[in-house]
Amino acid sequence: MKYTLVAWMRDKPGVLNRVSGMMRRRNFNIDSLQVGRSETEGISRMTFVVDGNDRMVDQVIKQLRKVVDITRVEDITHRPSVVRELALIRVAVTADNRSEIVQIVNIYRGEIVDVSLESMVVQIVGSEDRVDGLIGLLENFGILEMVRTGRVALVRGTVNRRLTNTTAVWKASANGQYSEAGRQTTGGV
Amino acid sequence: MSESAEKKPAQSPLDPGEPRRMTGAQMVWEAMVHEGVDTVFGHPGGAILPAYDALSAYEDDGRIHHVLVRHEQCAAHMADGYARSTGRVGVCIATSGPAATNLITGLATAQMDSVPMVAITGQVPTDLLGTDAFQESDVVGATQPVCKHNYLVTDVRELPLILKEAFYIAREGRPGVVLVDICKDVQNATGEFRYDMEIDLPGFEPYPVMDADAVAQAADLINRSERPLVLAGHGIQLGGVSKELLEMVERAELPVVTTLLGTGNIPESHPLSLGMGGMHGEAFANRAIQNCDVLIAMGMRFDDRITGRLDRFARQAKIIHFELDKAEVGKNVVPDVPVIGDLAETLPALLPQIEERRHQLWLQELKEWREDTTQTDIINFEVDELIPPYVIRQLWHSTKDTKEGAIVVTDVGQHQMWESQYYIHDHAGQLLTSGGLGTMGYALPAAIGAQMANPDRLVWAVAGDGGFQMTLQELAVLKQERDLPVKIAIINNGFLGMVRQWQQIFYDRRYTGTPVWSPDYVKLAEAYQIPALIVTRPDQVPAAFEQANNTPGPFLIDFRVREEVNVYPMVAPGKAVDEGIRRPKPVVVQGYSGVAPSW
Ligand SMILES: Cc1ncc(C[n+]2csc(CCOP(=O)(O)OP(=O)(O)O)c2C)c(N)n1
Repeated sequence: MKYTLVAWMRDKPGVLNRVSGMMRRRNFNIDSLQVGRSETEGISRMTFVVDGNDRMVDQVIKQLRKVVDITRVEDITHRPSVVRELALIRVAVTADNRSEIVQIVNIYRGEIVDVSLESMVVQIVGSEDRVDGLIGLLENFGILEMVRTGRVALVRGTVNRRLTNTTAVWKASANGQYSEAGRQTTGGV
Repeated sequence: MSESAEKKPAQSPLDPGEPRRMTGAQMVWEAMVHEGVDTVFGHPGGAILPAYDALSAYEDDGRIHHVLVRHEQCAAHMADGYARSTGRVGVCIATSGPAATNLITGLATAQMDSVPMVAITGQVPTDLLGTDAFQESDVVGATQPVCKHNYLVTDVRELPLILKEAFYIAREGRPGVVLVDICKDVQNATGEFRYDMEIDLPGFEPYPVMDADAVAQAADLINRSERPLVLAGHGIQLGGVSKELLEMVERAELPVVTTLLGTGNIPESHPLSLGMGGMHGEAFANRAIQNCDVLIAMGMRFDDRITGRLDRFARQAKIIHFELDKAEVGKNVVPDVPVIGDLAETLPALLPQIEERRHQLWLQELKEWREDTTQTDIINFEVDELIPPYVIRQLWHSTKDTKEGAIVVTDVGQHQMWESQYYIHDHAGQLLTSGGLGTMGYALPAAIGAQMANPDRLVWAVAGDGGFQMTLQELAVLKQERDLPVKIAIINNGFLGMVRQWQQIFYDRRYTGTPVWSPDYVKLAEAYQIPALIVTRPDQVPAAFEQANNTPGPFLIDFRVREEVNVYPMVAPGKAVDEGIRRPKPVVVQGYSGVAPSW
């Protein structure tokens, strides 16, 4: 299952490296990661998509919280939120298929942001599903180049930042997906 | 900055609220004085020279003593020994590039075992950063995975706060290593120093709030248990609660198994102590784990050395996990009752809720298992050959009456396991060893650090012939530090013993790369002007220890033990902890007055 986590961190040199290094070292699977400024000066906001199960994500959150520069972590997977991704796609065009492509882009509420004789750049903002859908269609015409931001998200409604305590201690009853049978001892001397 | 200001015998420490102008180099030492650091372990070089120059004033008036190491790895191990034996933050210092990379093994060793440490390194000047300048290495990048936190300092204005944060982060919560990499020009720059600023680290939560409900739930489980067992780790010592632990286990009659780092959490001669569990734990300790109905894990992290095969670990037990570090809860073993918080808070909160109980049947069962083990334990037989368990037991005999107990520092390998099995640790914190990382070469330098911090205590380093040769250059420190009285026992079996044991058991006795040649250790010691002895027979052992203990200054004993001896019991990797290989029965052999081990 995919989880959406949001982390806020002090905007210090190397903080991104600390986070990605920790994720790599602990063998966590990141699908996407996006960083940018938050509403607070000096605090960056990072959105992760992590693939795993409840227990692993609990570990991810706790390990993130141990990174000194990270000030807060939230799991918004199960909370109503606005989730968006932006993609820029350069698609090959010919005189024959140009209008068809424009139509498809319009249906997906995308935008043509650059046009040349052989290609167009399409911009789309939306849920990952919508972005995936448009890309799937455009592949038929030949995608020359593409960039996706990865997921960014905001929880809907009002959020009281100070009061939300997000890392619940993992309780044994939470889920049983995780198997200990596969865990080996290290075999080191 | 005027030189004269340095030479004046400054008040120590300076008023933290009064800003003073000084160089970055001086700030390093001024911060240490404020932190109560009296000893640092290090090695100089170009990028840290300004700091060394500023150190002279602090050395001259005795505020800070610098111990010169022979390899930077050992600076970290010494700071580690200093920190573990006192609970204070250990400090090591090195220059840039190769020196900083040399430190890494020592930092990782300390971080793995939750040892509070601050490491200071010099870095190339800020304008050369990133240019592959001479002796530049990305120290912050390289040490990030082995540190609790680290800093690169490029502006002298930030230095005082960074130093203060470094000590704070290293010490508070679950202790760990913080490295501060300081560019050379920052050391030379002048800035304002004060030390009364507030630390504002919104992301650092050293002491999570105790959950009183969880404590009550734990107490309830313990009170209702018929076959309870405490599994106590390093956290008991870090929390300073071994007294409270003893009070609790005596009141409710709870047997105690410890982890390697939890050795001595309750006195090992106490009837409720079952010693260490796990890979080389006694069979009765591991059986206790597998058969208890409530496992009270305290300040430990369910390392694979203690759990063995995870899905078969303590299957009959409800598990209560007392732990300060939230990330350890549920990482390896999912507890039924997690009790998050500092043991210094949670254990005293638990104590009044624990009822007086007796567990006669359970203890009787454990006693029978223990007697079963005793019958085959080689230590209970007279053996004509020199075998390591006997040497260790004699070390205990010769040091057991020492006030507060001797500090024993072990290296890594078979001797380390024998020490934990056959030395009877009656004091918490008596054993210093690299448990998490398993760093060979740890014993001698860590013993030096412990001795520097505890000049009046008896300190023994116990090492194998392999590990000792990894850091033996530090013998020079014993002399340079005015005959520092560290005693050294080399358990010399001609092999990298623990690896040889694995080759014997899992690789059909193909001893590839494990026979290890040794120099004549007595001559070696002589070259370092350290008195030394060779011991080859059991009957020489007591007198040798006596002589070592009674000789002022350092002493080295080379114990030429029987070569192919294995550590038992042994739980092979991937096996459950009660599937261990038991000790073979000693056999009577012709020509011996007693029995011979059948290894
Ligand atoms: C730095 C390092 N390298 C390698 C190892 C792997 N290792 C673990 S125990 C051991 C053998 C140690 O031999 P020795 O020091 O002679 O002690 P003994 O086991 O014989 O008591 C080795 C090589 C290690 N733990 N640390």
